[in-house]
Amino acid sequence: MLALDLTAYWAVTVLKVAVVLALIPAGALILGYVFLLKMMSFMQSRLGPMEAGPGGVLQLVADGVKFLQKEDIFPDRADRRVFALAPVVVLMSTFLLYLVIPAGPRLVVQDLDTGVIFALAVSSISVIGVLMAGWASANKYALIGALRAAGQLIAYELPLVLAVVGVAMQAGTFSLQGIVKAQANGEIFGFGAIGNPFLFTQFIGFILFIVSAQAELSQTPFDMPVAESELVAGFMTEYTGFRFLFFFMGEFGTAFALAAIGATLFLGGWYLPGVHGGLADVVGPLVLGAKIMLVAFLIFWVRFSYPRLREDQLQALAWKFLIPLSLVNILATGVLKVVVK
Amino acid sequence: MTTTEWKQAAYVAGQAADARINVELETEGMTLNLGPQHPATHGTLRIVVRLDGEQVMWAEPVCGYMHRGYEKLTEVRTYPQVTTLINRIDWLGHFANEVPFILAAENLMGVEAPPRAQWLRTIFFEMARIANISLFLGDMGVQLGAITPVFYAFRDREYVLNLMEAVTGGRFHPNFDRIGGIKEDLPKGWIDEAKGVMKRVRHFCDEMEDLLMGNEIFQQRTRGVGVIPAAVATEYGLSGANARASGIDWDLRRDEDYPLAWKDVDFKVWTHPDGDSFARYWVRLQETREAASIIEQLLDGLPSGAIQAKVPRIIKVPAGEAWVHTENPLGEMGYYVVSKGGLGPFRCKIRTPSFNNISILPWLLRGVFVPDVITILASLYFILGDIDR
Repeated sequence: MLALDLTAYWAVTVLKVAVVLALIPAGALILGYVFLLKMMSFMQSRLGPMEAGPGGVLQLVADGVKFLQKEDIFPDRADRRVFALAPVVVLMSTFLLYLVIPAGPRLVVQDLDTGVIFALAVSSISVIGVLMAGWASANKYALIGALRAAGQLIAYELPLVLAVVGVAMQAGTFSLQGIVKAQANGEIFGFGAIGNPFLFTQFIGFILFIVSAQAELSQTPFDMPVAESELVAGFMTEYTGFRFLFFFMGEFGTAFALAAIGATLFLGGWYLPGVHGGLADVVGPLVLGAKIMLVAFLIFWVRFSYPRLREDQLQALAWKFLIPLSLVNILATGVLKVVVK
Repeated sequence: MTTTEWKQAAYVAGQAADARINVELETEGMTLNLGPQHPATHGTLRIVVRLDGEQVMWAEPVCGYMHRGYEKLTEVRTYPQVTTLINRIDWLGHFANEVPFILAAENLMGVEAPPRAQWLRTIFFEMARIANISLFLGDMGVQLGAITPVFYAFRDREYVLNLMEAVTGGRFHPNFDRIGGIKEDLPKGWIDEAKGVMKRVRHFCDEMEDLLMGNEIFQQRTRGVGVIPAAVATEYGLSGANARASGIDWDLRRDEDYPLAWKDVDFKVWTHPDGDSFARYWVRLQETREAASIIEQLLDGLPSGAIQAKVPRIIKVPAGEAWVHTENPLGEMGYYVVSKGGLGPFRCKIRTPSFNNISILPWLLRGVFVPDVITILASLYFILGDIDR
């Protein structure tokens, strides 16, 4: 009889990889449907897709199938290997992001001691994929878009990391699991029933995080890399079919992951007051999912209502405003931590 | 600065941009074809820009991809048939295209439309203005990256188009103006409905003011971008809101004497001293409000009576020449009609506003960044059919 030992190293690894691989399209589908298709439609006084499935829930699935059927087109003068590899690099960065996000006391692929730093580091890998895509496309719009993306992501990595530093200082750890526990065990002026979501103490950090995440995801008002009224579709101009699908999944999968990191850092992650032990492993993912939707709502709300900045204005915002503000935030956190303790 | 100085400054800036190339990094400029298929040109305008990084060193609009030969076609059409063609010049300001041509023909024939027809013409003229400019008010958002406003523009523009459809039967191409009057009278209940729609239009303007014009990013992107001084604007023959946004107080509705109803209503000609993209948006927004108020006043005082003067069944226009220009949604539109006494015009020169408005692009685009190219294109607001005709 074939005994399946699910605690064996290889079995656990395969399981984890399978779960993460399933999570990326799932997260992309949820955000794409709820926000891109439905919320945007309702904001614009229209219904959005209604035919595929009840209320159009299967629209993105249908789109995905359509993308898979399309011809695999390479531009004539494209650097074929780089062109083919670029979407994979972008998706890989998304994949790595999911590794450190905890969805329950034991539900985490790998709880690293430097979880936050790891997450922010791997999220920048996507820049390489974007640059590859822009360069290999042999298209001027794609090239401009890719260079814009590179400049933008470099500028916004810094405030993103600095915004997180305040949280890490308050929690005393870089591990995402540790940050959740610090929030669960914390108390607000002696009142500990709901823990201490860092949203209250790190409010500036939260704003900084949302703004930088918006830029990191290159969404309006920071969507110059794909600015469709200027650059057609930026670095994605020449992509069709499943390679475009990869970019799409990368974009929305990363949005899901960054929203999850935001929820973990500032809203208490999987923690729900009063739920402990084994039950938290069951309820945790749902709680985290709800909080992700809250953060993602903020991100997409801004995306659908704001015009886009110019590249130089974006750089000015990052270097002249966000970075000084985050440094002040860190300073204030440090002083308060010493004083209050 | 005088015009010559502006030109000199622009020339020096261009030379400096040229000189920067191949100095430090052995870089070379990149020629980018914006169009003929590009989302920002909403049609088939092609703009060749030479870029240094993202800065434009040199730009040249290339038009003619949509040339349909209307001037030539008018020569083989009878006068009543011409309105079908010219509806499609500025396809968003449909009815406004017909009026100056019909007025020119009436001039030559010595016919004047009865008062009710004149008032109705003015009402439809202003409705065409709203239908045209409201789309601009939303579209400017799209060009700057805000995707939501344009849906509101399409939504509220629809009410105006429905009104047009109720009277004329055509949403886009009413083809309703006749020599000596208009084709039919208003349907029952139309006036009340139109008043309701004008309230909506005002509400739409308020909404755009809150949603887009008041937005800080919008202001950052448009203020000081694409500044056209008044002297340069007149030199390039800019007209309409583009000229008024540069502080030129010039509006044919007020300055010319037409057999139309503008002289009977109160309206203000809005100007803005800045001359930048924001000013052009601001002026157009005020103009939409003003158009709504003009229509309301006209609806209140609409005279009764005939809608058609007596004209022969087969229209022959006596020999002569006539030039009539009106303040169309996009600017000054004029028809120079030469008749030799036949059934159709012998020659018809059509002056369209967009053609002159985009002629300033080479001057205006020097030294700006690629995103500003889009802002400037959007704020100049041209219709491709109006450029190429």
